[in-house]
Amino acid sequence: MATQATASVALRSSERTAPAALGRRTRLLAILGLLVLLLVVWEGAKWIGGDPWRLHGSVLGIRIDYEHFPPLKWRIATDLALPHVWDIVGAFAQPAQRNGPPLGQVLLGNAVFTFGEALVGFAIGATLGLALGIAFTQSRTAERAFVPYVVASQTVPIVAIAPLVVIFLPVGWLAVAIIAAYLTFFPVTMGALRGLRSADPRAVELMRSYAGSPRQILWKLRLPAALPYLFASLRIAASASVVGAIIGELPSGIPYGLGSSILNFKQYYVSGPSKLWATIIVAALLGLVFVGLVRAAEALISRGRYRRIDT
Amino acid sequence: MTTQPTSVVEVRDVRKEFGESSDRLVALQDIDLTIRSGEFISLIGPSGCGKSTLLRLIGDLTTPTSGSITVNGRSARQARLGREYGMVFQAPVLMDWRTVQKNVELPLEVMGFDKAQREQRSKAMLDLVELGDFGRTHPWQLSGGMQQRVAIARALAFDPKLLLMDEPFGALDEMTRERMNLELMRIWRQTGTTIVFVTHSIPEAVFLSTRVVVMSARPGRISRIVEIDLPQPRTVETREHERYFEHVTTVREALRRHEGSDGPPDEAEIMQIRAEGLA
Repeated sequence: MATQATASVALRSSERTAPAALGRRTRLLAILGLLVLLLVVWEGAKWIGGDPWRLHGSVLGIRIDYEHFPPLKWRIATDLALPHVWDIVGAFAQPAQRNGPPLGQVLLGNAVFTFGEALVGFAIGATLGLALGIAFTQSRTAERAFVPYVVASQTVPIVAIAPLVVIFLPVGWLAVAIIAAYLTFFPVTMGALRGLRSADPRAVELMRSYAGSPRQILWKLRLPAALPYLFASLRIAASASVVGAIIGELPSGIPYGLGSSILNFKQYYVSGPSKLWATIIVAALLGLVFVGLVRAAEALISRGRYRRIDT
Repeated sequence: MTTQPTSVVEVRDVRKEFGESSDRLVALQDIDLTIRSGEFISLIGPSGCGKSTLLRLIGDLTTPTSGSITVNGRSARQARLGREYGMVFQAPVLMDWRTVQKNVELPLEVMGFDKAQREQRSKAMLDLVELGDFGRTHPWQLSGGMQQRVAIARALAFDPKLLLMDEPFGALDEMTRERMNLELMRIWRQTGTTIVFVTHSIPEAVFLSTRVVVMSARPGRISRIVEIDLPQPRTVETREHERYFEHVTTVREALRRHEGSDGPPDEAEIMQIRAEGLA
């Protein structure tokens, strides 16, 4: 019987790994496919409703003279609104300012600065969120009293609050981190609350039958049960903290960070629209990297311990 | 049993109501029951007869509306705080993130046993339920029957005076169930623990028990207690014993006498009990 059981265990674990490997490849293909689709739509829009262009010259002695007039008279995708993909890519290599370092280098440095602020904000927000989640599961009264305020805090536009925080806090980057934390704590509070509640009520009874203390029930049951939910909310919080940091940088007057790049390139948009688009791409990549780091931490902590929970 | 049959559980005139005055439901009334040391008691009855509620009252997971329950001369609450109960539910309720061995060690951790004791006891318990080789696997890698054996090992790990089992084999297939019954008999003989066992199955109750408590529904009360004088140890042959069939018939007729009083579906009962328990 023991050998039979071992065989079934082996079977189950192989069942678990095979779809995971397949899933990873499909996922990568899907991501690349969507990227190609996005580029096609982007350039397609320019073909249909962009600026007219003319190609003339000679290749291998053959004269080419082609003029493209987009069929749509309503110019929805001019070079000013949507620069060509290759122009945006090319902008990374060109200097951001006359005689300055290339844009890519500038943006990388600013992204690292913003990431630092986002990380501090993420840490503050995640700690606060988890603390609130725990407090709310321990006391119904606290939950009923505070949750409306927590929800209301998120309906107040962050752009209205950011300048206030900047005025109150003399240390610029800390103010930015606080603003990032403001966007971070909410998903973590909700994720923690849901996760801590997800513990099997029968398991809670079991702990009671062992005369376990509330603290033991929290540490040995509720927190481990909450972990998958908590990580799902931390992934959301990671990207929210990048958004919060960039928004916080706008009124802060700090001359570093992606926020300052956005302000700067917005001001000179007409002379170089690709630069603002390049900044947007870097901001998006920063969010992706941060979420990826959270995913990696989750994989490290919960590897082999949890069944997959799809979120 | 070699020990002097002293009473472990005394249930006196217990009544249990759920809900507010307007739509009050009497789950149990006039319950008197004495359980002696080393006994194996089954509670059987139709859905809604309150057999699970009675078990939960003994285990202090809910409190009686009136009447008293004492366990080894203490109140049920004191007994729970004194860690005298091992509980096994219909679902194994194991923690996914813990290995099988760490699941068995859970009550020992809560109760402050040191690491060496925890390891020694969890290994002994896993050997007892014949899962000695599976300590390092995670619960979700095991079959349902194996998971339930882990739950039993966990319940016995701290050597409780009383093992409370709420339809522990209800979710298992018939063949696994019969094998688990034999194993439970072996464990009961080896540990000498007093067991209170809730079941829907007449053959299971007769096979396992020293006494079967037959209950009726609406309101839940004890309608008859059937003494099962089948020889010990109970083995595969027990099920072919002539007395076995007689006892099965006796229990079945005791249940049938109260037919027509079949309660609401089991799930509703469970939901209600759970809601009450969490309040």
